[in-house]
Amino acid sequence: MKQWFKSGSPWIWMTGGAVSISLISVIGLLALIAGRGLGYFWPAEVTEFKIERGAQSDTVIGEIYDREFVPVSRLKDAGVDLGNFQGEEVERLLIKTGNREYVDLDFRWILTTDIKSQSNPADLAVLERSKNGNFYGYVVDVEKDGVMLIDNKRTELAELVERAVSYNDEALDLQNGPIGHINYELERLRLKEKALALKEQLTNEIAADFEAQREAYRQEYLVLEKELFALRKKAKRDAVIIKDMRGELVRVPLYQVLDVTFPNDMGIFSKLGHYFKQLGKFLSDDPREANTEGGVFPAIFGTVFMVMLMAVIVTPFGVIAAIYLHEYAAKNSITKMIRIAVINLAGVPSIVYGVFGLGFFVYMLGGSIDQLFYPEAAPSPTFGTPGVLWSALTLAILTLPVVIVSTEEGLSRIPSSVRQGSLALGATKAETIWRIIVPMASPAIMTGLILAVARAAGEVAPLMLVGVVKMAPTLPVDMNFPFVHLDRKFMHLGFHIYDVGFQSPNVEAARPLVYATAFLLVTVIVALNITAIAIRNHLREKFRSLEH
Amino acid sequence: MTSHPPKSNLNTDRSRLIKDKLAKYSISAGGTLVLVALLLIFFYLLYVVQPIFESAQVSVRNSFVTNNAASIRAVGMEEQSEIGYTLANDKVDFYHIKGEKTGQSIASIALTFENQVTAFAKSAPHQGLYAYGFDNGGIVFVEPSFAVSFPDNKRHITPEVKFPYGQTSMQVVESGDAIKQFAFGNDEESIFVLALSQNGELSFNQLLGEENFMTEEIEWTLESHQLKVENTPDEVMLSPDGTRAFVRAANKVYVFDTRDIEEVSLIQVLAANQENANLVSMQLLAGANSLMLVNDNGEISQWFEVNTDNGREFTKVRAFETKDTTLSALYSEFYRRTFFSVNSNGELGLYYTTSEAELWRGQVVDGAISMFAISPRSNAAMVLSSDKITVLEIENEHPEVTWSALWQEVWYEGYPGPDYIWQSTSASDDFESKLSLIPISFGTIKAALYAMLFAVPIALSAAIYTAYFMSPELRRIIKPTVEIMEALPTVILGFLAGLWLAPMIESHLPAIVLLLILLPISILLVAFIWQAIPQSIRHRIPDGSHSIILMPVVILVGYFSFAMSPLLELWMFDGDVRRYITNDLGITFDQRNSLVVGIAMGFAVIPTIFSIAEDAVFSVPKHLSNGSLALGATQWQTLVRVVLLTASPGIFSAVMMGMGRAVGETMIVLMATGNTPIMDWSIFQGMRTLAANIAVEMPESEVGSTHYRILFLAAFVLFVFTFMFNTIAEFVRQRLREKYSSL
Repeated sequence: MKQWFKSGSPWIWMTGGAVSISLISVIGLLALIAGRGLGYFWPAEVTEFKIERGAQSDTVIGEIYDREFVPVSRLKDAGVDLGNFQGEEVERLLIKTGNREYVDLDFRWILTTDIKSQSNPADLAVLERSKNGNFYGYVVDVEKDGVMLIDNKRTELAELVERAVSYNDEALDLQNGPIGHINYELERLRLKEKALALKEQLTNEIAADFEAQREAYRQEYLVLEKELFALRKKAKRDAVIIKDMRGELVRVPLYQVLDVTFPNDMGIFSKLGHYFKQLGKFLSDDPREANTEGGVFPAIFGTVFMVMLMAVIVTPFGVIAAIYLHEYAAKNSITKMIRIAVINLAGVPSIVYGVFGLGFFVYMLGGSIDQLFYPEAAPSPTFGTPGVLWSALTLAILTLPVVIVSTEEGLSRIPSSVRQGSLALGATKAETIWRIIVPMASPAIMTGLILAVARAAGEVAPLMLVGVVKMAPTLPVDMNFPFVHLDRKFMHLGFHIYDVGFQSPNVEAARPLVYATAFLLVTVIVALNITAIAIRNHLREKFRSLEH
Repeated sequence: MTSHPPKSNLNTDRSRLIKDKLAKYSISAGGTLVLVALLLIFFYLLYVVQPIFESAQVSVRNSFVTNNAASIRAVGMEEQSEIGYTLANDKVDFYHIKGEKTGQSIASIALTFENQVTAFAKSAPHQGLYAYGFDNGGIVFVEPSFAVSFPDNKRHITPEVKFPYGQTSMQVVESGDAIKQFAFGNDEESIFVLALSQNGELSFNQLLGEENFMTEEIEWTLESHQLKVENTPDEVMLSPDGTRAFVRAANKVYVFDTRDIEEVSLIQVLAANQENANLVSMQLLAGANSLMLVNDNGEISQWFEVNTDNGREFTKVRAFETKDTTLSALYSEFYRRTFFSVNSNGELGLYYTTSEAELWRGQVVDGAISMFAISPRSNAAMVLSSDKITVLEIENEHPEVTWSALWQEVWYEGYPGPDYIWQSTSASDDFESKLSLIPISFGTIKAALYAMLFAVPIALSAAIYTAYFMSPELRRIIKPTVEIMEALPTVILGFLAGLWLAPMIESHLPAIVLLLILLPISILLVAFIWQAIPQSIRHRIPDGSHSIILMPVVILVGYFSFAMSPLLELWMFDGDVRRYITNDLGITFDQRNSLVVGIAMGFAVIPTIFSIAEDAVFSVPKHLSNGSLALGATQWQTLVRVVLLTASPGIFSAVMMGMGRAVGETMIVLMATGNTPIMDWSIFQGMRTLAANIAVEMPESEVGSTHYRILFLAAFVLFVFTFMFNTIAEFVRQRLREKYSSL
C-alpha cells in the first residue's frame, strides 16, 4: 500500500479525475441548457386533478411543471395536515394552472397524497393568449360573428383563431408600418422646423409649407386610423366560451387568442408539427407580457446588428495592429509596451469598458455630437445617450486583442520564405503585405473575427451601461429614412436572459423562456467557436505542408 | 555601361516607394493605437475621478456697501446666486450680486408690523423661512421668494416677499410677554416654536392649523408647554420637524424630546464644554441629526444620538481642533454635511463632518463676520461684516470624499460606532452618503477567493494531467472542449447559478459536502482496484485514459450523493439543513451565497487557468523529463521534481490570470448573490463586488455627481488591480518562454 502511494499512481488518478470533473461539468452544463431550452416548445399534457383535503375538494387543471420530495417534518412544521400519511417524504407537484386573471397564483403546489384522481381528457384545450398567459379549460361554445355555433366547434374554432390572428397581424403591420412612418415623419418635420427657427431662417412661407405637409400627413393618418379601427372591430367579433377549473364559464374573445391546441389529443406527429411551429414563433415573434412570453426576434436582431457593426469597426484596427506588431515593429521598448497593452486590454474586466464607454463615448463624444449637429432636439439627447453605435464601439475595443492575437498567430505561421521571395522579385514591403501576406493570413483574420463576434455576442455587463434596454420599441433598422438608426437603443439576447431571469415579476413563468434563450445564445456562440477552431486547425495543417 | 531605367518606370517606382512609406507610417500609427486605447482608458478614468480629490476653493466674487447694516437681521440668496437679499426689522432689500450691476438694489419691500420687533429667527436653510418675534408675544413668518419667468426667452427673476402664515402676528407666548429669543420648525399642519420671553420664561409651543369648513380659512390653536432649565438660556434651537429642542445655557445643552406636546421631557443634559473653555454657539447640521457645538478654545464638536446601554443618547462623536479662539458662529449647508465657521477676524472655515475634513480656511473679509448665508446650490455665499456685503464663490463639489472616508472606518450619524458602510443613495435629499469602498472591495476579494478555492485545484490538476499523462489523440479533443467553456457567456453561467444551482444547493446541501468527501475516496478506490486487475486486461486499454475510465465513476458518485442527500438530511439534521444552520448553528443562510458564486465563478475561471497552465506544462522540453525517466525516476517523481518545477512560473502566471478574471467578473456575481455589501467571510452569505456594484448603480447615478465619480473610481481600482495581475503574469510568462528557448 505504502509502495503504491509512493509510486505516485494514485495522484495520477486524482489529476485524471480533475479532467473528468471538468469534462462532465462542461457537457452536463450544455446538456442541461439544451434539455431545458428545447423542452420548452414541446406541447405538454394537460392534466385534470381531483383534489381532496379534509372536507374540501377541488379541481385543478394544468401542466405538471415540476416535482419534488419534501420531508414530512417540514410540512408539519408549516402547519400542513397530512392526515394519517406514513413515511418520511411526500411528493408534491408544481402545477401551471394558467388562467391568471381568475386565480390568485398561476402556479400551484399540490401534494400527491391529496390527489384523489387524475386524468388527461382529450377535449382539454390550451389557449395561448396575447395577454395574461395560457388559459386551460373545456371548450363549451364558439361564437362566430356574434352567433353561437351548433356543431363542428373544434374545426371552426381553429379557423376562427387563424382569422383573428391574421386580422391582428394586419392591424399590427398597419400600426408599425404606415402609421409609424407618419409619426416618424411628423417628428422629423418638427425638428426641421425647430432647427430653422434656431438658425433664425424660419420665414412665414416655410412655416406655412411645414404646416401644409403636416396637414397632409394628418389626413393620411385619419384614413389609416379608420382602417385600423375597422380591422380591430372585425377581430373582436368572435369569442370562445370555456369552462375553467372552477367549473365556471368564461368568455374569451378570440382577438386575444393566438393559438388553440388540444395537447392530450395530439399524436406524435402533430406534436412535432406544433413543436416546430412554436420554435419558429420563438425565433420570429416579438416578446409579450414584459418579455416573459412570445419570441425573441428583436433581441436576435439587436445582437446581430450590434455585433456586425462592431466587426466592421474592429477588423481594420485589429489587423493593422497585428501587421504592425509582426511585420514592422522593431524590438524595442515601445513594442514591448504595445504587447503589454494588448494583453491588458484582453484582461481588463468588461465592466470597466462599460464605464469607459459610458463616460467617454456616450457623455463626452455623444454629448459633443448633439451640441454640434442636433441642437434642435435638445434637451432630449440624440447621440448623448446610450445607443447601438456606442455599444459597438465599446465592444470593438474589448474584442480588439482577440483579433490582434489571432491575426498575429496567422502571420507568424506564414513561412518567411514567402516574404523573402516576394521582396526578392522587387515588390515593396507594402506590396508584399497587401498582395501576399494578408491574403494568406485571411483565414486567420477570419478566425479572429469569428472569435471576436462570439465574445461580443455573449458580453452583457458593458452593454448594460452603453445601450441595451429590456424593451426597444423599434429596431435599429427600419423603413424610415435614413433606414439605419445608430442612435437607437437595442435589445440583446444576453441581457434578455438577465432581465427576464432576474428582473421580471413572474420569474417562475418566465424560466423556460430563459432556458430557451440561453440555449439559442449558447448554440450560436459554441458554433462560432467551433468554426473558428476548425479554420485555425485547417490553417495550421496547410502551412505545415507549406513548410516542408 | 551603366543603364538607367526608363523614366516612366522611375515615376511609378517613386510612387511605389511613397506608397510603401505611407503604408509603413499608417500601419505603425495604427499599431500604436492599441497603446493609445489603453492609455486613453486609464487617463479618462483618472480624469473623471480626479475632481473628488480636489480641495475646496473659496474666492471673493465682489462686495458692496449697504446703508442699513446695523438693522440687518439676516442675509440670503436665491438658487442661481444672482440675487441676494437682506432682512431688516422694517424691510427686505434685494440686490444684484453678480456681474456689473452688483450692489444695485432691485427692490426694497417694506415690512410693516403692528408691534415692536424684539426677536428674529430663521429656519433650517433648505426651508428658507424667517420669522420676527414681537413685544406682545406674537410672531410673523416671512419668506423671500423668487418668481422665474421667460419673457423673450430670457430668464427673468422677480423677487417678492411672501407671508406663508399670514401677515398678522400669531400669538405664541400666552402671557403676552415680549419674545427675547425663539426658534421654530414646521410640518404640513403645525408650527412649532421654542420661545424665550423677556422675563425668562421658556416654552415649547405648538400651533395646530385646522381649516374652517365655512370660511375655508385656517384657524390656529395654540398649545404650550413650559420648559425648565437651570440657568438663563443663551441660545435656543429646534429641529426643523419640531421633534427635538436644544437649549444652551451656561455651558450646558439641554435636550428636550418634543415629539408630543403632551409629553415634552428633558432627555439629556450635555456638559458639552471643554475643560477651561466655554460654549460659544451651536448649530444643527443638514438632516438635523447632528448638533455642532463651538468652544471658545477653537474646538468644534459633533454630537448625535447613538444607541447606548441607556437608550439613545447624544454622544460626542468627533471634534475639529481649529485652535481658533475667536470663532463666533457656525452655518450649515442645505443638504450636505458641510458646515462653515466664522470668526471675529473675518476668517471663514469650511468643514465636512463625515470625512472629518477641514476643506478650506482663510481670510475673506477684514472685520468680524456678523452674518453668513450659503446659496442653495452651495456654490456661493454672502458675508456681512460691518457695513459691507461680500459675495464669495465656493467650489466644493465633492466634500464627502477623502482618503479616510473611502478606506477607513467612519462613524456615521445614527450608528453605534465607526464602521465600513457602503450606502450611496437614499430617497431623502439630506441623506448622509456612506461611501466606504472597503465592503465592496472585501466582497470582490471574497468572491475571487472562493472561486479560486474551487477552480485552482481542479484546473491545475486537469492541466497537469492533460499535458503530461494524456494520450495525444485524446488531448486533441479534451483541450478544445475545456476551452469552449471559456467562450460560454458569463450571463448564462450567472443565470444557471442563480436560478438552478442556488436552489439546488439550498435543498441538497449535504450532497455537496458528501461529494467533497466521496469523490477523492472513490477515485483512490478505483485506482487501487485498477492496480489489482491482471495486467493482461489493463494493457488492452491505452495509457493515459484514466479520465475516461473515471467519468462514469464521477457521474455515479454525483448521483449517489444527491440521492443520499435527503436521507442524510433526515438522519443528521432533522430533515432540514437550512433550518439547522440558521437555528442551531446561528449562521445566516442566504440562498444566493458565496458557495454558489464560488462554484459558478470557479467554473468560469477554470478554462483560463487550465489553458495557460497546460501550455506551460506541455512546453517543458521533452529531453528534461526523458532524462529524468531514464535515470530511473517514476512518472510522478519526474512530474513533481522536474516538470512542475520548470513550469512553475507558467503555473503562477495562470493563477494570476485566473485571479484577474475572477476579480473583474460582473454578471455571475450580479446574478448569483444577493448583492448586499456586507463584510463577512461566511460561505453561506453573499457579497457585493466592485464590478457588480458598478453594474447595479451606474445607470442610476447622476452624471458628474460624487456618486458617479466614486463609481468611476471603483472602475479605476478594478483596472489597476487587473492591470497589475495581468502585467505580472505576462512578464513571468515571457521570462519562461525565454528560458525554454535557451534550454
